[in-house]
Amino acid sequence: MANNPSLIGRFTRGLWSENPVTVLLLGMCPALAVSNSGVNGLAMGLASTFVVVCASSLVSIIRRLVPGEVRIPTYIVIIAGFVTLADLFLKAYFPEVAKQLGPYVPLIVVNCMIMGRAEFFASKHKLLPSIFDAFGTGIGFTWVLVILGSIREILGSGSIFNYVILSEEVFVPWVVMILPAGAFISLGLMIGLINYFKLRAEDKAL
Amino acid sequence: MTEDINKTEKTELPKPEASALPPKKKAKPKAADAVPEVPGLVVSSSPHFLNTESVPGIMHNVILALLPACLVSIYFFRFDALILIVTCLFACLLTEYLCLKFRGKPIVIYDGSAAITGILLALTLPPSFPLYGAVIGSVFAIAIGKQIFGGLGLNIFNPALLGRAFLQATYPVLITTWTEPATIGTVDGVTAATPLALMKFEGIASDHLTLFFGNTAGSLGETSAVILLLGGLYLRYKGYINWKLPLGYLGAMALTGAFFYFLDSQKYPDPLFHLLTGGAMLGAWFMVTDMVTTPVTNLGQWIFAITAGIIAVIIRNLGGLPEGVMYSILLMNSFVPLLNRWTRPRVFGKGLTVETKGGTS
Repeated sequence: MANNPSLIGRFTRGLWSENPVTVLLLGMCPALAVSNSGVNGLAMGLASTFVVVCASSLVSIIRRLVPGEVRIPTYIVIIAGFVTLADLFLKAYFPEVAKQLGPYVPLIVVNCMIMGRAEFFASKHKLLPSIFDAFGTGIGFTWVLVILGSIREILGSGSIFNYVILSEEVFVPWVVMILPAGAFISLGLMIGLINYFKLRAEDKAL
Repeated sequence: MTEDINKTEKTELPKPEASALPPKKKAKPKAADAVPEVPGLVVSSSPHFLNTESVPGIMHNVILALLPACLVSIYFFRFDALILIVTCLFACLLTEYLCLKFRGKPIVIYDGSAAITGILLALTLPPSFPLYGAVIGSVFAIAIGKQIFGGLGLNIFNPALLGRAFLQATYPVLITTWTEPATIGTVDGVTAATPLALMKFEGIASDHLTLFFGNTAGSLGETSAVILLLGGLYLRYKGYINWKLPLGYLGAMALTGAFFYFLDSQKYPDPLFHLLTGGAMLGAWFMVTDMVTTPVTNLGQWIFAITAGIIAVIIRNLGGLPEGVMYSILLMNSFVPLLNRWTRPRVFGKGLTVETKGGTS
């Protein structure tokens, strides 16, 4: 880790070079389970971003007060509090989306991406870097989920963000893309492609 | 000094041998060329067993064995079958070409492995299947099923079956829409249920003889058991397939089928029905015997084939799908690395506890 990277650097790291899904392979469960449409991916991504930013900030503020022995339970309680907030907010204002996401909103509590940020970054850094780091991670998580969800939605239901772009007459939807198998296939191919371009860029740089 | 000795050996020894002995007729493998032939003494590094067969040679024979099945399916389903086989064939070859090009590997599409995948995939599809679906399945079979793992010899799953499984999940309706063979109906494209579906959902058994010759609805290669059997026996005759695999698979299917039949002969079909319907013959002779995706040890092959046969009948009789051959083979494919490890034969002389009483170490 660089000694004192800029705040912007903290932010962009989560977007690409240490993207939680495509590089660190954290938060796989929501990434695979709720990325069956663009809207679901966006909602899950934004809810997770909210939780990770709030939880990281709070953990960073109280980092000197928490004894090392009980830090993990403390983080979980903090994360669970914010997850409850997000859950209730979604249920109140976006009941349709909340219904679609089902149990996966409460399950954000155990999203290891959030725990990872709290444990490895926020508990050792000041408030501002922690916020930027968490925000970058959350946005990185969100864009992957939105793209993944859009790909699966286009192929699986012929629509994007619920707007039908491929009607049934022109295109017979690939049912598999909405099923779990489609999630594994598309995420695997996506990570493979990203790694391919990364390696090629590194080869050229040398 | 050493160079001189080598030279004299090389120049002196082989020559008298070559003139004294009559020229041997067996084809001499390239690797052994460098070693001078001395009767009774051959010094070479492993492998010591060599034969002249190559991957393309075997693959072309497999294609030859599949040809009768293709012709019969064309006879039964006419133009539908022909165009489907040709589409799958060319889609597979093209995908293979593009993948190899992209990966910067030598273009080996003429070795026939991609062609076999295409033909096998076509034979597992219903005749009315749309061509764009066949192309998608072919691309998936070659690109995801084979090339992503590193190409021929490194794939975990049988590519044709993987393509078929993908299509099954992608177009669940289209892939279960069957048409009657053109030899039965006077009108083209009459939808009909397969014998397996008839049995499963309506409890109607089909006549064994009809199933044997294949004048029924079904996938291209599902209908005629006798032709597939002939193709398989040809491969067995050429020695390309191990008899344990089809025998274990079909035997396990028959025994498991018999077990269910004796439990409730009204509900479950008889064992012969299991062997003659669906993909049993195609799977047993051409997919269970795939050299890449089956275990290499004898015991492993028995376990592989028998377990797959049992799973196939269990899916047919108890599962939600009428046909279980595809998933049974794919499921067991994933166990192949484990089976290879578990059934590794004992290396000669190793693993034995030799009692050495007061002997030297």
